[in-house]
Amino acid sequence: MIRKGVTVTLALTLALGDAATPRVQIHQFKFLPAQLTVPAGATVTWTNGDEETHTVTATDRTYTSTGLEHAETFTRRYTQPGTYTYFCALHPHMTATVVVR
Amino acid sequence: MERRRFMQCLAWAGTGLVWAARGGVLSATTLEAAAEAGADFTFAQISDTHVGFGGEANRDSMGTLKDSIESINALQARPAFVLHTGDLSHGQKPGAFDTLAESLKAVKTERIFFIPGEHDVALDGGKEYLSRYGAGTYESRGYQSFDYRGVHFVGLVNVLSYKPGVGGALGDEQLAWLRKDLEAQSASTPIVVFSHVPLWAVYPAWGWTTADGEQAIGMLRRFGSVTALNGHIHQVLQKIEGNVTFHSARSTAFPQPAPGAAPNPGPMKVEATELRRLLGVREVRYAEGGRPLAVVERPLT
Repeated sequence: MIRKGVTVTLALTLALGDAATPRVQIHQFKFLPAQLTVPAGATVTWTNGDEETHTVTATDRTYTSTGLEHAETFTRRYTQPGTYTYFCALHPHMTATVVVR
Repeated sequence: MERRRFMQCLAWAGTGLVWAARGGVLSATTLEAAAEAGADFTFAQISDTHVGFGGEANRDSMGTLKDSIESINALQARPAFVLHTGDLSHGQKPGAFDTLAESLKAVKTERIFFIPGEHDVALDGGKEYLSRYGAGTYESRGYQSFDYRGVHFVGLVNVLSYKPGVGGALGDEQLAWLRKDLEAQSASTPIVVFSHVPLWAVYPAWGWTTADGEQAIGMLRRFGSVTALNGHIHQVLQKIEGNVTFHSARSTAFPQPAPGAAPNPGPMKVEATELRRLLGVREVRYAEGGRPLAVVERPLT
């Protein structure tokens, strides 16, 4: 009984953890996943896994990270539902999308 | 010179050869011969200083910048001026422009001309860069031309175009300005055009190209001598196209792989002893009388 309770709590925590801190990895000049869907109010965290510097910059330039070095992160909270496209301002062929539901 | 010989010379370009091109005919001479030939003036090119870079490819990029400045100051002929062909900063790190300005005070020359690289403008669309370096350029847009002892110099900006899916480009307004600027020059005037991203398609898959660069090159074809200098790709690379000679410069901060030689164009890690051979500056000599400009590579070691 106790054991089952622990399992449920852990699973719940992990699920909530994923929803609350959705992540995008920057790897080999790509944003992974290229499309990320999150609930309104979610905070997305990007981590640069490359040696090269990258940015997370809104297509309409309403927001941008600074130049992210290796292992540096950038976070942004999305409050309104919609489709948000972004790119790397240093390597503009790197493009991706956050969909907020 | 036949093509095979040309390729052989390409391989030696980093070791002290002077390139000289005239009327589409390429020749290479030793540094000593060039020095004997004399020059009316020389200038230096420094590029991709990336102040703020701290990656593994070079943990001491300020040290190699200092050494690069010293190598300019050690040139036999004091350069009339220096061209900085962009990426002054590494992604506009706070204080980077100030730090660079302070470092460059040590350069023994009359003046330093700048054009931006994408690292200087990516975060704010060029606001900070143009507030510092826009003065004296055309309508404070960053591009400019000037004449020095019979040579016409044109500095172009091809990094303010970056948006999703689109890299280096000059844009219609700048191309119109360039057309007007060049129309005023006679075909016998030697032209030096400098930009950050190469004007020609070095390797489009890595963004090493200027989308509308061909339009600019087209305007330059009628001139008898055109020397096109760029940075961005952190390595020495030449191309001859008729009377136009293209030269990509080394960085003072870190090397990048040869086109297609790595999965991506990120900073290239090499042995410490190798690093200094891949960083440095260049000297360009001009002698009046129809002789072509001589481009001399100056690696740190």
